[in-house]
Amino acid sequence: MRENLPVLQVVVPLLAAPLAFLVRRPRLSWLVALGAAFWAFFAALSLLTGVLASGAIGYEIGGWEPPWGIEYRIDELSAWVLVIVSGIAAVVLPFARASVEREIERDRIPLFYTALILCMTGLLGIAATGDVFNVFVFLEISSLSAYGLIAMGQNRRALTSSYQYLIMGSVGATFIVIGIGLMYSMTGTLNMADLAERLPAVAASRTIPVAFAFLAVGVSLKLALFPLHLWLPNAYTYAPSAVTAFIASTATKVAVYMLLRFFFTVFGAAFSFEVMHLDRILMPLALVAIVAMSLVAINQENGKRLLAYSSVAQIGYMVLGISLASVLGVAAGVLHLFNHALMKGSLFMAMGCVMYRVGSCRVEAMAGLGKTMPFTMAAFVVGGLSLIGVPLTVGFISKWYLVQAALEKGMWGIAAVVLLGSLLALAYVWKVVEVAYFRPPPDGPGVREAPLSLLIPTWVLVAANLWFGIDAKTTAGVALRAARMLLGAGS
Amino acid sequence: MRLLGYFNYWIVVALMMIGFYTMISRGNLVKKLVGLSVFQTSVMILYISLGKIFGGTAPILLEGEEHVVYTNPIPSVLILTAIVVGVATLAVGLALVVRIHEAYGTIEEDEIHVQDDVM
Amino acid sequence: MDDRVILRVGAKVLIPFILLFALYVQFHGDYGPGGGFQAGVIFAAGFVLYALVYGLGNAKKVMPPAVVHVCSALGVMIFAGTGVVTMLLGGGFLDYNALAHDPHHGQHWGIFSVEAGVLVTVFGVMVSIFYAFAGRRSS
Repeated sequence: MRENLPVLQVVVPLLAAPLAFLVRRPRLSWLVALGAAFWAFFAALSLLTGVLASGAIGYEIGGWEPPWGIEYRIDELSAWVLVIVSGIAAVVLPFARASVEREIERDRIPLFYTALILCMTGLLGIAATGDVFNVFVFLEISSLSAYGLIAMGQNRRALTSSYQYLIMGSVGATFIVIGIGLMYSMTGTLNMADLAERLPAVAASRTIPVAFAFLAVGVSLKLALFPLHLWLPNAYTYAPSAVTAFIASTATKVAVYMLLRFFFTVFGAAFSFEVMHLDRILMPLALVAIVAMSLVAINQENGKRLLAYSSVAQIGYMVLGISLASVLGVAAGVLHLFNHALMKGSLFMAMGCVMYRVGSCRVEAMAGLGKTMPFTMAAFVVGGLSLIGVPLTVGFISKWYLVQAALEKGMWGIAAVVLLGSLLALAYVWKVVEVAYFRPPPDGPGVREAPLSLLIPTWVLVAANLWFGIDAKTTAGVALRAARMLLGAGS
Repeated sequence: MRLLGYFNYWIVVALMMIGFYTMISRGNLVKKLVGLSVFQTSVMILYISLGKIFGGTAPILLEGEEHVVYTNPIPSVLILTAIVVGVATLAVGLALVVRIHEAYGTIEEDEIHVQDDVM
Repeated sequence: MDDRVILRVGAKVLIPFILLFALYVQFHGDYGPGGGFQAGVIFAAGFVLYALVYGLGNAKKVMPPAVVHVCSALGVMIFAGTGVVTMLLGGGFLDYNALAHDPHHGQHWGIFSVEAGVLVTVFGVMVSIFYAFAGRRSS
């Protein structure tokens, strides 16, 4: 059992997905999904402790030795991402029951949970596998189920946003396949470790830089790097609340993981940054993303949309850290993966509570919610403070590492942009807070506080925001180890 | 002659550009999906060209025949997976278009935008 | 459709052969080109042809949508379940050698069972896609 854990991490949810469909009853399929998510979280945690204790774990699918067979390989970074994805799923699913019953037709609920579990399976698979083509397959599993999930939103614009995401996501995935194919043509292997060994010998050819470029664009599309983010705001805005909370905190994070995997593990940091100068593209785009998308977020009238643009800006922070290509910078990026999942998860879940009671996420509709839904809005405020980067929240920890990494390289300007980003975040968080706390509630039937089944998961994430903001030793330790591993600096 | 030797790859590039251009330039949602399909098909041809060996046959073990040149089956297998993914993408895309048509009464992108802006 | 005798008779003659050919492709998959995916599509094509000629209503009587949906979920479970069985027998995930004493037979059974899962799922998905599109009433 223990030695099969890397594959059970993915296979159990894969089995749970059809089961959630076969049981047909909404509550039962919810239970199946919940069980799968808890199992995945448990497996991910024990994998993480295993990896931290004794190094990377490999697993041969079907008993075929790598590089011929498909290998699953769990190292510090993949275990970290597995914990993020499954942890968020384990918090979102308890939240989903009430929220989904309100937002989705009853006979579609089993299908909804099937798709949600499939989406999680895909994301876990990307993190677990050590085979580049397998990455593509899992990417498509997660993307296709995400398209379906987003299209289940109530507003008809959910359909067009899902369509837009489908077109852009498929182009991104196809670019990734082209990149993988070109790498295969030069090396004859698909195993990541094997590729990393064989690529330097052929790196001088014209094919490998082309493969690199295709992968860079494809992955950037998937992680919604400015200016390839156009699919994201609509998709997050019109998706059902539980889906937004899940996808916003996991899908783009896994895409960032792919970026790290391809450019650090497969191509190697030396090739990516000294030969191809990836940082010269990523860094300016990340900086523009932080400033421009925060400004756009300030002007949004819909709470979910505001947070979606803020997500694009926050992805900028992760990519910025990675583009510094130093241990501290990459660690800041990896740390922000986790921290951003916590804050966006709690913020979007607070929005889900608002949606449940008010039926709208428009900022105007939130007038007076500070009084009528005090716990929901308090969760929003803590999440918002974390987004801004106030001390004692996780947001502060990521920014602290990021600023340190920038200063280490003597890049004062970058540190200044990070701080400017915080100020802009203050502006858009304040926009919601001001309406919620300082405007009187509208006349008519009062709004009640959201039910406990929604509030408890939200507050679990909020508490995590504070907990890991105060005690960052574990998270920062893992992030630093992962960064050292990626940069080959030994652990 | 050297350029002609890359015949398959010229086709790949041409198809890729046709597909990509269709996706960008057409406002009709179905035509966009057709473009996407053409785009994905070009990648399939790319993979199969990579695996092809001149004079190579299908990699099936036959009795009494040794020293047979086989075409590399891995790219074909990979692309079989990609075809499945392509079919699934197309099915999801078309299903969305059907739903969009029911919700908006049109599948022209600009008309949909007009309807959304009015609301 | 009642007056199109050639179509109806032609389809009636063809469909058994299409289904049989699907099974051939399925069971020959261990030794030659073929396998669950191709077989599933061909099998589904037989039903699609039936639905086109005899009408969707009749096709749904022969193969009810509920059955088709269950098929598409069941196949995935057969596939992943095979992997779980090999793990329970002491091998790794999808390590077919664990299925029988002799690795040769183990591989044979493993491939057979996985391909059966693929057949069921692909057939189910293909037919349900067809039903979903064909059964949609345009407003």
